[in-house]
Amino acid sequence: MLIGVLGLQGDVAEHASALQKLHADVRIVKKASQVRGLRGLIIPGGESTTIGKLMVKYGLPEAIEEHKPAIYGTCAGTILLAKEIVGSEQFSLNLLDIAVERNAYGRQRESFEADISIPALGDKPFRGVFIRAPVIKRVGKNVEVLAEHEGRPVLVKQDKYLASTFHPELTGDIRIHEYFISMCQG
Amino acid sequence: MDTGTVKLKRGLAQMLKGGVIMDVTNAEQAVIAEEAGAVAVMALERVPADIRAAGGVARMADPGKIKEIMEAVTIPVMAKVRIGHFAEAQILESLGVDFIDESEVLTPADEENHIDKHKFKVPFVCGARSLGEALRRIGEGAAMIRTKGEAGSGNVVEAVRHMRKVMGGIKKIQGMPEEELMSEAKRLGAPYELVRETAKLGKLPVVNFAAGGIATPADASLMMQLGADGIFVGSGIFKAEDPPERAKAIVQATTHYDDPELLAEVSKGIGKAMRGLDVRSMKPEELLQTRGV
Repeated sequence: MLIGVLGLQGDVAEHASALQKLHADVRIVKKASQVRGLRGLIIPGGESTTIGKLMVKYGLPEAIEEHKPAIYGTCAGTILLAKEIVGSEQFSLNLLDIAVERNAYGRQRESFEADISIPALGDKPFRGVFIRAPVIKRVGKNVEVLAEHEGRPVLVKQDKYLASTFHPELTGDIRIHEYFISMCQG
Repeated sequence: MDTGTVKLKRGLAQMLKGGVIMDVTNAEQAVIAEEAGAVAVMALERVPADIRAAGGVARMADPGKIKEIMEAVTIPVMAKVRIGHFAEAQILESLGVDFIDESEVLTPADEENHIDKHKFKVPFVCGARSLGEALRRIGEGAAMIRTKGEAGSGNVVEAVRHMRKVMGGIKKIQGMPEEELMSEAKRLGAPYELVRETAKLGKLPVVNFAAGGIATPADASLMMQLGADGIFVGSGIFKAEDPPERAKAIVQATTHYDDPELLAEVSKGIGKAMRGLDVRSMKPEELLQTRGV
């Protein structure tokens, strides 16, 4: 199964390595022509303003619209999937019915790690690494909340779109990547 | 809930990979940098070329200036402290700066010791010219490394030298039998555990950016091809003729460093680069890279 990792900026290699552990074929995607043939696409952590600007410059939103891969966004990726970015005009793909607020926990000194319970992945807690993370302020009625931390959604799914405000690719725990691959098969 | 962990500090640097961090001296420049696609800005009172020209003691920027820049952009804001000046670092941490650069560009406050960076919740980046220097800084708690290059020179030659030295050092220890690593650690003046870890990983355990003399999109591509994880541009943008266009071009060149056709396209019509200095004609006391080794 061919899964892409958007390779414009961010922790691209960490996602590619998680996918390789699951024996997926991985393609680093920097240009529109590389979207064709993908079953899934991961938008990594990074700076959402940078990634968004480069996506627009290279025609990636149109290619994603045309080929419709399943998408998993982490942190910056969540912002780029959201229908609403609170108080910002920055670019988004507008695919996931959530409102996010950027850097809503604060600055880097407020970044944190915490164990998260994700019932869909079993009993073992997942180590949530939140780095200058966004907060999901609102979820639409068709959005499934797969995990929360202190009452706020941190892992959400709608149709073939998955988003986490934390970074599983920094933990070595590949259960969310495995879950995403199973979504790509469906 | 844990804050200030090694994973969180190194993790923020990982999020900056493939990006460009730009030196800015006010809110207006910070907005230009963000608009151009910078992943972070470095808040300074003067860019390195001007620090060099002004002479005297270069210190941490005015906290009011740094706050102004933090309020102007949504991307992470870094700021510099003098080598060994942990009080300046405490002040920057209290301001909520996202990353601290313990930098040879400012006048060192301690000629023997760097800051104990483990004590801080905020991550640090430090300059290095070789593998030993990089691993010493990581040993002190740096969450990110950059080449020193020669800041404010607009000349990429020193950044190239330092990147090749770090990469060459890693290749060398990768090929060594385990039993030789202790004497190599001694030779490098680096912590043994970090030498072993680096040999095993085949790369530094933290992100490694290029800095010090990058002035053109081609310079950014060169450094990325030599193995940099991303790019710092200091004087190279706001000392050039057309800062916004140059900033955008360097961002694209960092992403598409391996695509010469695209590099040709983005390098067109972006005005003159900063003039630059011949590093060979500089006196030893003018070099910034020999501070804090």
